[in-house]
Amino acid sequence: MSDKPAMEVKTWLTPFNIVSGSIIIVGIVLTILRFTMGLGAVTNLSNDNPWGLWIGFDLLVGVALAAGGYVTSAAVYLFGMKKYHSAVRPAVLTGFLGYSLVVFALNYDVGRPWRLPYPFIIQQGTSSLLFEVAACVALYLTVLFLEFVPAPLEWLGIKKVRELAVKLTLALTILGVVLSTLHQSSLGALFLIAPSKLHPLWYSPYLPVYFFVSSIIAGLSMVIFESTLSHHFFHDKMDETHLNENQGVTLGFGKAASLVLAGYFIIKVMGIAGGDNWSLLVTPYGIWFLVELIGFVALPSFLYAIGVRNRDVKLIKWTAAWTVIGIVINRLNVCLIAFNWQLPSSQRYFPHWMEIATSVFIVTVGIVIFRFIVTKMPIFYEHPEYKDVH
Amino acid sequence: MSISRRKCLKWIGAAGIGSVAGKSAFAAGNKHFEGYPGSFGVLHDITLCVGCRSCEAACANVNELPLPDKPFTDLSVLQEKRRTTEKAYTVVNQYEVPGKKAPVFRKNQCNHCLEPACASACFVKAFKKTETGAVTYDPTVCVGCRYCMIACPFDIPTYEYDEPLTPRIMKCTMCYPRVIKGELPGCVEACPKEAMTFGKREDLIRLAHDRFRKYPGRYVDHIYGETEMGGTSWLYISSAPFSEVGMREDLGVTPAPELTSGALSAVPMVVGLWPVLLTGIYAISKRKEIVFQQELEEAVRTASDKANSKLADALAKVKKETKNAVEKAAQPRTKEDI
Repeated sequence: MSDKPAMEVKTWLTPFNIVSGSIIIVGIVLTILRFTMGLGAVTNLSNDNPWGLWIGFDLLVGVALAAGGYVTSAAVYLFGMKKYHSAVRPAVLTGFLGYSLVVFALNYDVGRPWRLPYPFIIQQGTSSLLFEVAACVALYLTVLFLEFVPAPLEWLGIKKVRELAVKLTLALTILGVVLSTLHQSSLGALFLIAPSKLHPLWYSPYLPVYFFVSSIIAGLSMVIFESTLSHHFFHDKMDETHLNENQGVTLGFGKAASLVLAGYFIIKVMGIAGGDNWSLLVTPYGIWFLVELIGFVALPSFLYAIGVRNRDVKLIKWTAAWTVIGIVINRLNVCLIAFNWQLPSSQRYFPHWMEIATSVFIVTVGIVIFRFIVTKMPIFYEHPEYKDVH
Repeated sequence: MSISRRKCLKWIGAAGIGSVAGKSAFAAGNKHFEGYPGSFGVLHDITLCVGCRSCEAACANVNELPLPDKPFTDLSVLQEKRRTTEKAYTVVNQYEVPGKKAPVFRKNQCNHCLEPACASACFVKAFKKTETGAVTYDPTVCVGCRYCMIACPFDIPTYEYDEPLTPRIMKCTMCYPRVIKGELPGCVEACPKEAMTFGKREDLIRLAHDRFRKYPGRYVDHIYGETEMGGTSWLYISSAPFSEVGMREDLGVTPAPELTSGALSAVPMVVGLWPVLLTGIYAISKRKEIVFQQELEEAVRTASDKANSKLADALAKVKKETKNAVEKAAQPRTKEDI
């Protein structure tokens, strides 16, 4: 990204490297603190608030925002929307990195991370929704790896294995949708066991459905949002097909997101009706609930529709970013803000700066790896040797 | 290894019986689990508690918990609302109840649910509802995810946040190791006012009703824990409304596992039906493509046929015209010549 490429001596001290490098150094220090002093030293977690930012953001938001992988590959390979083909690889890469980081982040949060395989190899707690989440995330990470692996194989020139991996595409896509349906919904279902702790406006027997449907919204919006960023930073890496198809992807995914948001709005309202929680809407929590429902569900649905109708790509891109914020708010609401709502404010949770810094560190690691991969491997362009062999 | 037909049939039979006799995967239904028969519990008569903290001291002693900063004889701690911690499996709190001159004391510890939320939530089965009634915890398998703490409606399990590598969940065991040796739980044994009675749960419920009858007007007519969250092994009777002594009355009677059974039962259906649906969608989109291709070819063919025949017609016409013209030209110019 240097302006004077010919004469300048290649320096490592680019702004990107300085910023990401310092965040990573802080992250390493925090990692050492976490594993020598314990969770108590670096988090504000307590016996009243056993789950904090690392579950609310790193796990719940992370998994929701990584939904672009299954949404895009389903659209292209199952629903036959081939004109979006160039969006698959970036989406699968983001999904794969997203899930890898979720698992990486979990190692910080759980007490004895090396025991994470225990639920599979020692004792299976099949009555737990968390078991389902763990099983599906583990399997889906494998699926995403296999979906992603053709890119590095093309980069490394290993043709035979790549062919084998490509042949699996259809089966992997179906498996990916099944696993995503299960664990996206199960993350919401985790909270079904605590009706006495989650505010009734957010607690609903439909929680798993809400989480699944909103993961589709998250996936669609993330693909648009991320492609906007990628176009800004990696424009030179993109081939003509990618650039030509991009507007179609934005319009098509924007249209889909508008529709799914509309459906999501309806089922959320049905949830209020089902629980007969109308009177709660005029409480402070109710107003916050309405901010989420009107501001981050109804509004983006409307804006997406306008954007698609007027072919206003810029509006769609802003709406995508807004919707992503909405998903973040929703997950934090369920896990942290509306959870333990009955506790006195002195016992409520607010993340420690070291928790926030660790989450920032993990996201930064993801961006650095993403950057490495898209500059080395055929993600935004088709490898010249493998053109038209999909 | 050869397998005889007889042996094979035996195996199939055994598998069949196993699957029939095994636990049903569906929690919903007309079955209601009322605890292991003859399992134990404790009846805590809140009206008898004087807030001396002897139970806390005994608990710390038998469970080898670290001593608190303020000694157990210091009753000033009763002024604040305390909860269980990783260093205290049980705490006694003091409540000022409107209409009562003297404060009311209530002991808090694990209620040992008949169908525990923690056990249902644990993805590595670290918790177990034992036949004694005690809910025990196995730290040798625990991953430390703390979902049990999220799940527990009574806010009981605690966590060793300051242990970097070997944190455990800490909670009352109803003195399981003592009970199986025939001893009383530490707190029950230590209480100078006999505010707690250890015994078979069904006997304790009878005892509670006896007290209701014996002392009319003294108690609220409800045994807390008889039905809360499907029932608990610890039971409470009180003169003050339970919500006045820090006990939630809005928990309902549904056992925790039933809250998640619906979501869990959807899993096999998704696994079974999604691939069918998705393959169907794939087949439809694929077929559409093929039909589109065919129609395209068909249209091209018809168009080209039409064009060809038109071309042929036109050619024929041109040929004919040329021929006519040539013939015309070839005719002797008799008339004009003249």
